[in-house]
Amino acid sequence: MIRFILIQNRAGKTRLAKWYMHFDDDEKQKLIEEVHACVTVRDAKHTNFVEFRNFKIVYRRYAGLYFCICVDISDNNLYYLEAIHNFVEVLNEYFHNVCELDLVFNFYKVYSVVDEMFLAGEIRETSQTKVLKQLLMLTSLE
Amino acid sequence: MPAVKGDGMRGLAVFISDIRNCKSKEAELKRINKELANIRSKFKGDKTLDGYQKKKYVCKLLFIFLLGHDIDFGHMEAVNLLSSNKYTEKQIGYLFISVLINLNSELIKLIIQSIKNDLQSRNPVHVNLALQCIANIGSKDMCEAFNTDLPKLLVSGDTIDFVKQSAALCLLKLFRTSQDVLPPGEYASRIVHLLNDQHMGVVTAACSLIEALSKRWPEDYKGCVSLAISRLSRIVTATYTDLQDYTYYFVPAPWLSVKLLRLLQNYQPPEDPANKSRLLECLEGILNKAQEAPKSKKVQHSNAKNAVLFEAIALIIHMDSEPALLVRACNQLGAFLAHRETNLRYLALESMCLLATSEFSHEAVKKHQETIINSLKTERDVSVRQRAVDLLYAMCDRSNAAEIVSEMLIYLETADYSIREEMVLKVAILAEKYATDYTWYVDVILKLIRIAGDYVSEEVWYRVIQIVVNREDVQGYAAKTVFEALQVHIYCHLQHTS
Repeated sequence: MIRFILIQNRAGKTRLAKWYMHFDDDEKQKLIEEVHACVTVRDAKHTNFVEFRNFKIVYRRYAGLYFCICVDISDNNLYYLEAIHNFVEVLNEYFHNVCELDLVFNFYKVYSVVDEMFLAGEIRETSQTKVLKQLLMLTSLE
Repeated sequence: MPAVKGDGMRGLAVFISDIRNCKSKEAELKRINKELANIRSKFKGDKTLDGYQKKKYVCKLLFIFLLGHDIDFGHMEAVNLLSSNKYTEKQIGYLFISVLINLNSELIKLIIQSIKNDLQSRNPVHVNLALQCIANIGSKDMCEAFNTDLPKLLVSGDTIDFVKQSAALCLLKLFRTSQDVLPPGEYASRIVHLLNDQHMGVVTAACSLIEALSKRWPEDYKGCVSLAISRLSRIVTATYTDLQDYTYYFVPAPWLSVKLLRLLQNYQPPEDPANKSRLLECLEGILNKAQEAPKSKKVQHSNAKNAVLFEAIALIIHMDSEPALLVRACNQLGAFLAHRETNLRYLALESMCLLATSEFSHEAVKKHQETIINSLKTERDVSVRQRAVDLLYAMCDRSNAAEIVSEMLIYLETADYSIREEMVLKVAILAEKYATDYTWYVDVILKLIRIAGDYVSEEVWYRVIQIVVNREDVQGYAAKTVFEALQVHIYCHLQHTS
């Protein structure tokens, strides 16, 4: 299962943190710093997977943002790697060529996108068409 | 400033801009405190705030919290937002409490009551918000409050698709919190039947729930096996026009396929011939697709296809009953060992490690020895080299032990300090297990000590002594060799100090 999802920029600022298991606020801060240290030191010669505590992180960099999903060791790496990409394509469509600032100013909407596609630490919906249709409908509501 | 969508909340956008324009941490803190004071006074004020304003201020508080500052008020107002009829106001209310929930708070009862109300709403969007909130929090209190209503909601014919999806995963969260939430009896067969739902999203969500429940109650949920196989079969043989919404870069329902393959690993291979042959056809189909020319050059296509392939191989390994498939899997992985993508080389090495332990595929794995040893020497990502080490260890037997141990010793000389202890242990185990000539064993251990002495744990060298003490035939050799090694060591030491 997914333990947490993080979107961070290269400087270490968190643009989204979604937690699927309990951590105290201090623990969360520490994890965020560790993840940042862990992924920013990697480059093209490395895999998109890295052992992290007793989990692993599947991640991909898009422009200045690192999208990290922390999952169990026994989970399928490519499954989550493409789940990230699927999610990014939805964000891109929803925000019309998404950029980091979109995630800042519309932070509360990013959670809606996440909850459409992921829930309870599992993948909930994978059809971009369905997700975008639902999000568009929700955007029209008062 | 990027355009804010829909409802705007202009005040929020301005505040965020102000924060971003602050030139220092002090300026930022000042601006935040000013806003906190403002919000505090608005919340305490005589004028009752309308829904829009409450939403805006609660959202500002949430933003401030996410920046890293403590928020000790606003929870009541957030809970109030839950009773609004407006989606945008409810959404912010639920978001605030999901992020800032304090499970011991007095407000929990109010929150649960609000959720109960929304679960009974005629508006499925509101029901969905409530379900997402339960799934995000999933406390013990919530387990007690919702364990009777949720299963009913999940299996009812009146429940709309997207609500079912959320209900399934919501139940999964509660089940993980407290396993008594969903005793199998009443609901098992109806939950299993969700695998036949015409909405693929419902199947996707239900699959995760069933995977967890079937681990706990395999007998009660075993009906899922034939449904999962038939579902998988339909996906694997689908053309991409069949599954339009669920085709990703020309791969039909890759995530659902992986989930189904994962579910099947909770059970032994099916015994009845119909299911068995259908499953084997699926697995063969997946292996065939890996050999076909790719429909797209994009890495997303290959990753999605390979995600399914690797899970299929995991199932084949789990079944451990089809030699032909195991050998085919091994050959496919062998081809990946030299792939230009590091991800695939890594995953192939990892997967082959499991194949190496199966008697049906052990020999097939050994054929790739040279390539694997080459990986050990040339891979630039240390984690890939580590997988190569693990694989060499798993595939080691009497026929190749000498060569493998020798290569591992060479690797050890320049290995990362963080992995040395594990490597030393592996070499020591292999040397003992496959030694036919105990002089070889002594040589290996001596080399081990010379190269990575600091990482040779007590267990290892106690064992060496035990073996030498118990084998008269090697004692002479051992004594002589160690003596000579010490002489060299002392000589070197003298050289350095003179």
